[in-house]
Amino acid sequence: MIAALTPRTIAVAVVIAMLALVPVYAHLVGNLFVLSLFTRIVILAIAAVSLNLIMGFGGMVSFGHAAYIGIGGYVVGILAHEGVRSGFVQWPLAILLSAIFALGIGALSLRTRGVYFIMITLAFAQMIYYVAVALDRYGGDDGLTIYRRSQFAGLVDLANKTVFYYVCLALLLGCVYLVWRLVNSRFGLVIQGSRSNDRRMNAIGFPTFRYRLTAFVIAGAICGLSGALLANHTDFISPAMMHWTRSGDLIVMAVLGGMGSVFGPVLGALALLLLEEALPSVIGLFAVLFTGKDMATAREYWQLILGPMLLLIVLFARGGIDGILAGLRRG
Amino acid sequence: MADAEAEPLLQIDRLSKRFGGVIASDDVVLDVAAGELHAIIGPNGAGKTTLIGQLTGEIAPNAGRIVLAGQDITALPAWRRSAMGLARSFQITSLFLDFTAQDNVALAVQAHAGHSFRFWRNARTENELRAPAHAALARVGLAARAAQVVANLSHGEHRQLEIAMALATRPRMLLLDEPMAGMGPEESARMVALLRELKQDLTILLVEHDMEAVFALADRISVLVYGRVIATGTPEAIRANEEVRQAYLGDDDGGGDA
Repeated sequence: MIAALTPRTIAVAVVIAMLALVPVYAHLVGNLFVLSLFTRIVILAIAAVSLNLIMGFGGMVSFGHAAYIGIGGYVVGILAHEGVRSGFVQWPLAILLSAIFALGIGALSLRTRGVYFIMITLAFAQMIYYVAVALDRYGGDDGLTIYRRSQFAGLVDLANKTVFYYVCLALLLGCVYLVWRLVNSRFGLVIQGSRSNDRRMNAIGFPTFRYRLTAFVIAGAICGLSGALLANHTDFISPAMMHWTRSGDLIVMAVLGGMGSVFGPVLGALALLLLEEALPSVIGLFAVLFTGKDMATAREYWQLILGPMLLLIVLFARGGIDGILAGLRRG
Repeated sequence: MADAEAEPLLQIDRLSKRFGGVIASDDVVLDVAAGELHAIIGPNGAGKTTLIGQLTGEIAPNAGRIVLAGQDITALPAWRRSAMGLARSFQITSLFLDFTAQDNVALAVQAHAGHSFRFWRNARTENELRAPAHAALARVGLAARAAQVVANLSHGEHRQLEIAMALATRPRMLLLDEPMAGMGPEESARMVALLRELKQDLTILLVEHDMEAVFALADRISVLVYGRVIATGTPEAIRANEEVRQAYLGDDDGGGDA
């Protein structure tokens, strides 16, 4: 389907174009931190897009989605530590193991609804977190350094930061396309119907549990991939990469960007992580302006600004950034 | 219509359901013959919706059996009963409010078009789903409203859509739980006309408060009082039944509202 030129599609095209030009900009101004920041954004956007498949379209608010980032990351880290450096082994295994964990977690937690579902997914994620903490051989709480990024038989060199960025970006766009196809397929209509009215779905003849579980596994698998990428990006794994606050961040990204669209979480990841970078400086600037002193401690309160912003989005712009863009056409 | 020769399509055999001390179904025995429109009437709290719930599989009975076309379905989950051709409409409208009317019905079609582990093709452009959905919408008179989001449709249209969705599953039997609830006289008249048309080729179990509609449509009527079937028979027989008059209809005539 060819989308019409609405403010929304234009925004999506502009964002993709800008993402594609980030390395050019970074090299022009010689600021490699920008490249690193955007690599992180792109990787976490993959996780947010996968979460939105089950949360936005399936109504399954998983508060343990970061666990799959951890699993994907640990597969890469542990294999690297044990001398298996081929990405052809590491990445599929990261995806597969995440899918298997999602199958087990989903099979149990999808029997509950609402708050119970949120709590049980959080509980499973915490269990996995503490297992990682207990892995003394792989650094325990301190984590583990990865000395060489995944090797792809010389085809792509992930040590090259620009190449790595484009690999991540291509995978993000691939995941967005995949999820877009999924939500518009028969399968996607079933999970959306189940979000809307599960009782009716049963009454018209759908065994919804198996479809919801499948969506949960697909989301886990995609998120596992983002974990494998994140481990390569930071050259490091630690339990912190699957801390429960990261699961919260992923939810915030999806809500902020807009759960009603496949691309929304990408916008949300961009917005949240860029604000996370920018707000401390803004606060620092204000502190200098008003007190004349550089108050380093003031910068730590950047969430004081982010919080109300989120509140406003939830209260007045249910569809998030994407909803605002979609509304421009009518407004 | 009520021939005892052919095996009934639906047999309910001594079905019992208790909620704590309340007996919602008390040894309910009921047969619905293939092709008949069988109505269940009874005062509020007689256990009509509980009975429907047990038939569709949402409520598990404490005792008794439900047999559909010779097969015991008492323990089957709701979705499997639907797959066997038992379709229901809900007393309180239960739709996919954020979907269009068309998407609602297409989903019902899809439920009976094999499994839905199809991940790639755009389901909204699949003629295999859209054409039957459109036919069902046209049958209940909603063709012009197909592209509307359901939340924006009127109450009467919601009831029509309920029926369209039940029809779209190509059922052998329809369970209609108060399809006329909350309807104005004009909408009710249209629904009666629709049900009269549907009963040409479908077996229907109708739970309804609108006595005029029931007596106009039903081949047989069962009267449920306190969870128990106190009488089953033709509309004339029910109208003449002394026990029914006393328990339910009032003494003057059969046209009064409960």
